[in-house]
Amino acid sequence: MKNTTTFHHGTAVPLDRDNIDTDQIIPKQFLKSIKKSGFGPNLFDAWRYEDEGFPGQDISQRKLNKDFILNQDRFDGADILISKKNFGCGSSREHAVWSLMDFGFKVVIAESFADIFYNNCFNNGLLPISLSAEEISVMLNLAEMGKEIEIDLENQIIFSADNEIASFQIDPFRKKCILEGLDEIGLSLTHAADIKAFEEKRAVESPWIFDMRNKNEN
Amino acid sequence: MPQTLYDKLWNLHEVAQREDGTHLLYIDRHLIHEVTSPQAFEGLKLAGRKPWRISSNIATPDHNVPTTDRKKGIEGISDEVAKLQVVTLDENCKENDILQFDIHDIRQGIVHVVGPEQGLTLPGMTIVCGDSHTSTHGALATLSMGIGTSEVEHVLATQCLKTSKLKNMRVTINGELQKGVTPKDVTLAVIGKIGTAGGTGYAIEYAGTVIENMTIEGRMTVCNMAIEAGARAGLVAYDHTTETYIKNRPFAPVGDQWIMAKNQWENLKSDKEAKFDKELEIDGSLIAPQVTWGTSPEMVIDIDGLIPMPDSESIQHALDYMNLEPGKKIKDIKLDQVFIGSCTNSRIEDLREAARVLEGRKISDSIKRAIVVPGSGLVSKQAIEEGLDQVFIESGFEWRAPGCSMCLAMNPDQLGEGEHCASTSNRNFEGRQGYGGRTHLVSPATAAASAIEGHFVDVREYLA
Repeated sequence: MKNTTTFHHGTAVPLDRDNIDTDQIIPKQFLKSIKKSGFGPNLFDAWRYEDEGFPGQDISQRKLNKDFILNQDRFDGADILISKKNFGCGSSREHAVWSLMDFGFKVVIAESFADIFYNNCFNNGLLPISLSAEEISVMLNLAEMGKEIEIDLENQIIFSADNEIASFQIDPFRKKCILEGLDEIGLSLTHAADIKAFEEKRAVESPWIFDMRNKNEN
Repeated sequence: MPQTLYDKLWNLHEVAQREDGTHLLYIDRHLIHEVTSPQAFEGLKLAGRKPWRISSNIATPDHNVPTTDRKKGIEGISDEVAKLQVVTLDENCKENDILQFDIHDIRQGIVHVVGPEQGLTLPGMTIVCGDSHTSTHGALATLSMGIGTSEVEHVLATQCLKTSKLKNMRVTINGELQKGVTPKDVTLAVIGKIGTAGGTGYAIEYAGTVIENMTIEGRMTVCNMAIEAGARAGLVAYDHTTETYIKNRPFAPVGDQWIMAKNQWENLKSDKEAKFDKELEIDGSLIAPQVTWGTSPEMVIDIDGLIPMPDSESIQHALDYMNLEPGKKIKDIKLDQVFIGSCTNSRIEDLREAARVLEGRKISDSIKRAIVVPGSGLVSKQAIEEGLDQVFIESGFEWRAPGCSMCLAMNPDQLGEGEHCASTSNRNFEGRQGYGGRTHLVSPATAAASAIEGHFVDVREYLA
């Protein structure tokens, strides 16, 4: 029997594909917003709907693509996303993470992640977990069968029906950030004196980097 | 201990190690555009914070700006949502006293074209921008990386990027490129070899005689697409070509500072004995003009290649989306639109390369639209002075105002559903250039030659 603390408990959607890029996660026409919220209805927009989406549209009037996995009734309420290699590749748009979270996803499990997307996840509290190809195929099956999945972040283990499915690696501090929601900027600013000292030294060694304003003559 | 160029740049900027083991890397230059910055400025304001060092920041609107009718400036943006984003950039720059090349400024353009052009990108710098193609600036021996919006806010507030050290990869391309084979073909060929995740976790240094003989514009094209191989940073060593490019740029150092800078820059190359975690060698003379057939930049083949057989769900899905038959020649794909532009290929060299092919020729009647979008107001000015705009216009291309345009089609420049486009941009993702649009990534020379024929052609035959 397991004896653990649960970070998250839910069902999962299998998105059985490599290289899901951030253009697919949230198409560019929705990046015009100056907010961080409201992207959920347009998550995977081109795959989810049969028509072309644009900002400010009445979503209730749009026809859903019934074949797309996120639209199938059996995955209603699923809040874990399972995918394959290189998830989140392409554009640095943090809107991709905001849209996954706004839709309701709490965890993304994939074989691997693109670097910028991976960082963006932690900066917003979306938990990315990488597993081996074998483990991902087990996870895809569990998702397909609608099985409950439990994520114990503290001990870095994934369970289903009390059976351990996989353990995963995560940077200890990033884990703490997800669990406690730390202020990254505040934390870096505890090094303000170091930054100031570094900057003063650099300004002496390479002064041209610091006086660009004088050269702004159009 | 011998160091790589990446190691040297890292060591020059490492400020402190945080308790979590991550490092604070000092950022010399922060480039800002309208799409990924508004939420960062808002976050800063809500937390009652101010930018750490105003003079490190430089902004320009590029993603949303229209490429037609720019006389009206912001008022000329017909999309109200897009307009608000450009207005917000203006307001944020004014409020924080950040230098901006606004929509009326001749220096406005794609942020990755503007930085090097103005000498705001200088060797030895760390450069970040809320845009994945920031890797471009590595061509000038800088450590340059794309970041997300939370990181933009972090850099504004602390002048540092919180990061971990990347691993070192070197891609060495020796030999001599064939006539008609360009830096775009080189970078696509590398992606074809290592895949779109091949560089994940690495900084890629490009080396070898092909890179040494390349112009800075060409090196920028190569580094620009390092991110398409998964690498956050691309790098090229400093050399005489770099020096010549930078000298006399508006924001480049002058006088004693120039001499001082040059002395420091001389060291910006990997030591002879430096160890790389991964090495790849490519014979440059064997690289053919490249064309992508699918929906990921790694789905790329030689111009005389065939559409591959589906052996995975991803390939099948791409074939379906692109409406292509396996085994068919890539040359037989009929084109609807042609786009020459983007942070990959909108510099003066790129326009010259395409114009050389187009001179005295007309594009095919079957092409519905062909546009050329210079990377900046100054690239446009230079091209006009050289008469290139007339070459494009006479051949049937539309000559546009600078911006990102159809690379990501946030503005009105878009593909129609099902249309095939020969594009000099960097991403062939589904819908990237317009809903249902089908993008094929190529060099400016191949785009121009294919525009003439209405389908893909081997530009080597055009230049023979």
